[in-house]
Amino acid sequence: MPVILNARSLYKSFGAVVAASEVNAAIEQDSVVGLIGTNGAGKTTFINMITGYLKPDRGAIEFEGRDITRLPPRAITRMGICRSFQIPQLYSSLTVHENMMVGLGVVLRNAGLGGYFSRGAPAVPGYGVPAEEAAARILERFGLSAYRDRNAQVLPGGVRKLLDIALAMVAKPRILLLDEPTSGVSSEEKFGIMDMVLGAVRAEGATVLFVEHDMEVVSRFAQRVLAFYDGRIIADAAPEVALADPEVKRCVVGRRA
Amino acid sequence: MRDRTALLLGGILVVLLAAGPFLPQWAIFIVTIAFARGLVALGLMLLLRAGLVSFGQALYYCLGAYAAGALGRFLGVSDVLVEMLAGGALAAAFAFVLGFLLARYRGIFFGLLSLALSMILYGLLVKNEALGSTDGFNILASTLFGLRPAAQWVRYEVMACAAVVSLLAAFLVHRYLATPLGRLAPAIKDNEIRVEYMGASARYAVHVKYVIAAALAGIGGALAATTVGHIDPEMAYWTTSGEFIFIAILAGTGNVVAPFAGALLYGAIHTTAFDLSPNTWQMSLGLALLLLIVFLPEGIWSAVTKLGRRHARHP
Repeated sequence: MPVILNARSLYKSFGAVVAASEVNAAIEQDSVVGLIGTNGAGKTTFINMITGYLKPDRGAIEFEGRDITRLPPRAITRMGICRSFQIPQLYSSLTVHENMMVGLGVVLRNAGLGGYFSRGAPAVPGYGVPAEEAAARILERFGLSAYRDRNAQVLPGGVRKLLDIALAMVAKPRILLLDEPTSGVSSEEKFGIMDMVLGAVRAEGATVLFVEHDMEVVSRFAQRVLAFYDGRIIADAAPEVALADPEVKRCVVGRRA
Repeated sequence: MRDRTALLLGGILVVLLAAGPFLPQWAIFIVTIAFARGLVALGLMLLLRAGLVSFGQALYYCLGAYAAGALGRFLGVSDVLVEMLAGGALAAAFAFVLGFLLARYRGIFFGLLSLALSMILYGLLVKNEALGSTDGFNILASTLFGLRPAAQWVRYEVMACAAVVSLLAAFLVHRYLATPLGRLAPAIKDNEIRVEYMGASARYAVHVKYVIAAALAGIGGALAATTVGHIDPEMAYWTTSGEFIFIAILAGTGNVVAPFAGALLYGAIHTTAFDLSPNTWQMSLGLALLLLIVFLPEGIWSAVTKLGRRHARHP
């Protein structure tokens, strides 16, 4: 598979703390990559640099051969790199359905549709149906239909996580970055969430990078693992290889080699 | 689904146009001024939905009024519709430029910056003798399409124009709220980070809302100017902005009709309170706001919505 995302020699420091040092990673199209590491190892910094929230001090990030290092988050999102958040970032005063409608509205606007003078309800690009129907489809896919008219603020934790991921997927991203998709979720729910998300991803065809602390989830869902430690990538291999690596065991998994 | 808001707006227009000839002059005056203030509050509502409180809408209200006044004073134009158009256009042009600065700010910074800008205009007008300094100046009697109606019809004619323009503006805003850009307002209020990470520019959306709000305030200012027949720098003073915020909070952000209802109620409270105790009318106004915040924190429109819901449950 061709490389879709290429991070080259990324370096980022916050004062004396080096959050990324010589981070190199070439991500292949349609792969599912797990990012592991202890807190402060540089996983979220890596995601934040890809999505434009942070600019690396040095190095470059290329998406399909184009340099996106200095672009703002919304430009990167428009190119097809979308993300979810460790703490779900929802529109909490709106219902689940309205959350979707905001997202689909942005998709319409970015395609030059749904402006003030447009008549009727235009079909949302990528869905081929008007926004109302597209919203219903997404909610169905993520098992959120029952929560359609509930306020986002009062949803249970797992549902909030799913809605956050659903919002990230509204624009049908080429690359989906999930920051701890199963954190704060009961262990029974974890696999359910990942199954649902990866099922949706497979149906759409997208590359996934997910940050995860649960090694069971990583070994079950990731095809490849990037292990972060102290701002560096200390292992880059298939999960069974990476998780067996002595350094990864010592620095990440927390077991003696 | 039937658009009930459009029907309601149309209904209000028909009733006002039909009832207008039978209303006493003072009532027509109160209704017209309510439209002028309601237009400003309608713009504030757009900003409030995005979580922004402008303490300086009087800037655009005053600009609109002076645009109308200047048309008469320097060009001899006194057509109501032309005045409103000029007021709205001048306000929108200023807001377009200032919006590049203001759209970067949120919360108290947005509020105080807008307040500061309105006070700059106040200061400039107070020092400007060509525009009448603190006294301001009088506005020519209103005409419409070059015709000057008989004296007893002038107020009705202005009210009719006010009703048509205001309700049309309300309808356009109502439609705007249903567009993707309009829907972004509560999203910006809730979570601007997410808005950016969905590929939209919150700053652009705020800028657009700011310009629309200013245009509405400019039209309202021109309307107030031609209704009252006199303008002065007080129209840009921060207490005037405060009145508009009062009305917007009184009204609530639930529906585009609410700002006009709020403005009418404000006018009624103001007039009654002034009538009862000319020296302490502010106290009555403050008490009214206090009661409202306690009992209807989402504005008078929330009472309508609640009644509607109750009716739906027990028809």
